[in-house]
Amino acid sequence: MAMHYKDFLRIDHMPHMWCPGCGIGIIVKAMLRAIQTVEWPINDIAVISGIGCTSRAPGYLDMNTLHTTHGRALTFATGIKLMRPDKHVVVISGDGDAAAIGGNHLVHSCRRNIDITLIIVNNNIYGMTGGQCSPTTPLGAKAATSPWGNADPPFDISSLCKGAGATYVARGHVGSGVQLERLIRGGLNHKGFAVIEVLSNCHTQFGRRNKLSDPIELINNIVAKTVNVRQAAKMSREELAGKYPVGLLHQDEEREEYYEAYKKVIQLAEAALKR
Amino acid sequence: MQKILTGNESAAWGAMCAMAQVVSAYPITPQTTIIEELANLVAKGMLKAEFIKVESEHSAMAGCIGAQAAGARTFTATSAQGLALMHEMLHWAALGRLPVVMANVNRAMAPGWSIWTDQNDSLAQRDTGWLQYYCESNQEVLDTVIQAYKVAEAVDLPVMLVLDAFFLSHTYEAVDIPGQERTLGYLPPYKPSIYLDVNEPHAFGGIVPQDVYMEFRYKMQLAMDQALEEADKADEEFNRMFGRGYGLIERYHSDDAETILVTAGTATSTARVVIDDLRARGRSVGLLKIRLFRPFPAQLVREALAGCRRVAVLDRNICVGMGGIFAQEIRSALYHQPPERRPHIHGYIVGLGGRDIIPEVIEQIADDAEKRTVDDGRMIWIGLKD
Repeated sequence: MAMHYKDFLRIDHMPHMWCPGCGIGIIVKAMLRAIQTVEWPINDIAVISGIGCTSRAPGYLDMNTLHTTHGRALTFATGIKLMRPDKHVVVISGDGDAAAIGGNHLVHSCRRNIDITLIIVNNNIYGMTGGQCSPTTPLGAKAATSPWGNADPPFDISSLCKGAGATYVARGHVGSGVQLERLIRGGLNHKGFAVIEVLSNCHTQFGRRNKLSDPIELINNIVAKTVNVRQAAKMSREELAGKYPVGLLHQDEEREEYYEAYKKVIQLAEAALKR
Repeated sequence: MQKILTGNESAAWGAMCAMAQVVSAYPITPQTTIIEELANLVAKGMLKAEFIKVESEHSAMAGCIGAQAAGARTFTATSAQGLALMHEMLHWAALGRLPVVMANVNRAMAPGWSIWTDQNDSLAQRDTGWLQYYCESNQEVLDTVIQAYKVAEAVDLPVMLVLDAFFLSHTYEAVDIPGQERTLGYLPPYKPSIYLDVNEPHAFGGIVPQDVYMEFRYKMQLAMDQALEEADKADEEFNRMFGRGYGLIERYHSDDAETILVTAGTATSTARVVIDDLRARGRSVGLLKIRLFRPFPAQLVREALAGCRRVAVLDRNICVGMGGIFAQEIRSALYHQPPERRPHIHGYIVGLGGRDIIPEVIEQIADDAEKRTVDDGRMIWIGLKD
């Protein structure tokens, strides 16, 4: 399907502020293609973000958007979804935004299983503020706040979300836009809380300090660490060490979505009050 | 030792000289280079401190509170949204009587998103029980960090020092660095009066019933009163030892002036140039710089303004619904003065969201104030676009 960028983007806001070679462009494109193929009316979609490089994306989208505070995008999105459960809510966030300052809201959104699609761009660093350690910075990696290497163990965001109760968890990477589009589309079509973690490159802040300052080289490095989820199922724990399974990691269509459950409480209360 | 430092680096080097033992911080523009520089100083072994990379500013202040309660000298830095997120913890530090020191880079609040300077972030924390200093130069930033510990630890209250985003945080100046050894002669190692001591356990944060809560607050007020004296003493002693003093306020050509401008932060440096220029042209103008904002040096301000006819307050902030915050404070401080010691006070809203306060703007304010004959208390907006 041909992509009609002008239907989605605020072309007058170009050029964007992302560094040349940044993976966020690939991810926004995959998101827009996924939105186009599910054929939702564009005005029925709200895209919410917090703070960081990724969170600048809604500024370039010609849609209903809310650029909120650091880490709180999911809480704003929850408010929107409960006010207008008939509409579609997409949140786009980074690893620092979603898993550090917003970590609490991330696990509680998973727990509720509210029908929101969350895309987390995981580039292992706080890019916008200049390359500080994030909760996904690998052990030993250098950052502006860890000149001798990071001592804080990183989160596995996808496992965290699965464990916290998200009913659709997928991991993609910027090396494959086509797969990413498919995974995001699956999340959009899923009734419940859907998380798509995207392994992305910040060559400017992460790569530069870790001998991977060339974007292609860093993307290749990311791709080399990935293994398809079907392949991963056949691998031993030792073989999987340091590898990131990609694809659809978890899907549960049985568990009730949050607003559906909430409606039943409303019906119960109304019935009791009528008596 | 002299080095060419940014305002942010000066804050970090100040904490290094003061030998902060725990730094707990979270990145936010335009503060981030403070904690990066501290991470560097720690990594190079120049500062023997624990550096905690926390997950939010709320946790950054909580980390400082915990470490301070355990008996450590702590430091952190933040800006705007980060400071707002800390709000609950700011109260905790102050009511817990923990002398944490923090640098806040003045940045405008969102939305709409801005990373540029104005004072609304720090002034919104006015009532938390923190001392507040507004700095004008990089040297003053470094020196104020050191003074801040001296005052904070004397009165068991936390101190926030404030510097303007970009105009100070990211611009370079030659800065004299006293170093840890010389600073030690001014600021002895932190000896907490009460802390979590394994040999003599203490409890922080208990339930306080109605019959004693007020007394806790009253003691904070007494400590704030004392802080005014301690801040003055700390500055004088600093001046004796290092040859630099700033005062709690600074009067610049204000003794004989008919019109006095009031500023805080970097606008002060620009205003000095304008005052020199206007005086050279025969105008009777002077300047009052407010350095210490909490506790408010009301008596010093009264004395500084007693002889003039009118005051023009430049507020790089807006309390929506009431006006500029420095103007409100000054009006309040002068209210009980006899009429002959109570000049007209005109409040100007200027430079919000990082809009530059250039000499022409300050001259425009002086011109405007000189023409006014009535003190009507209305806020005057400068440079508004249609």
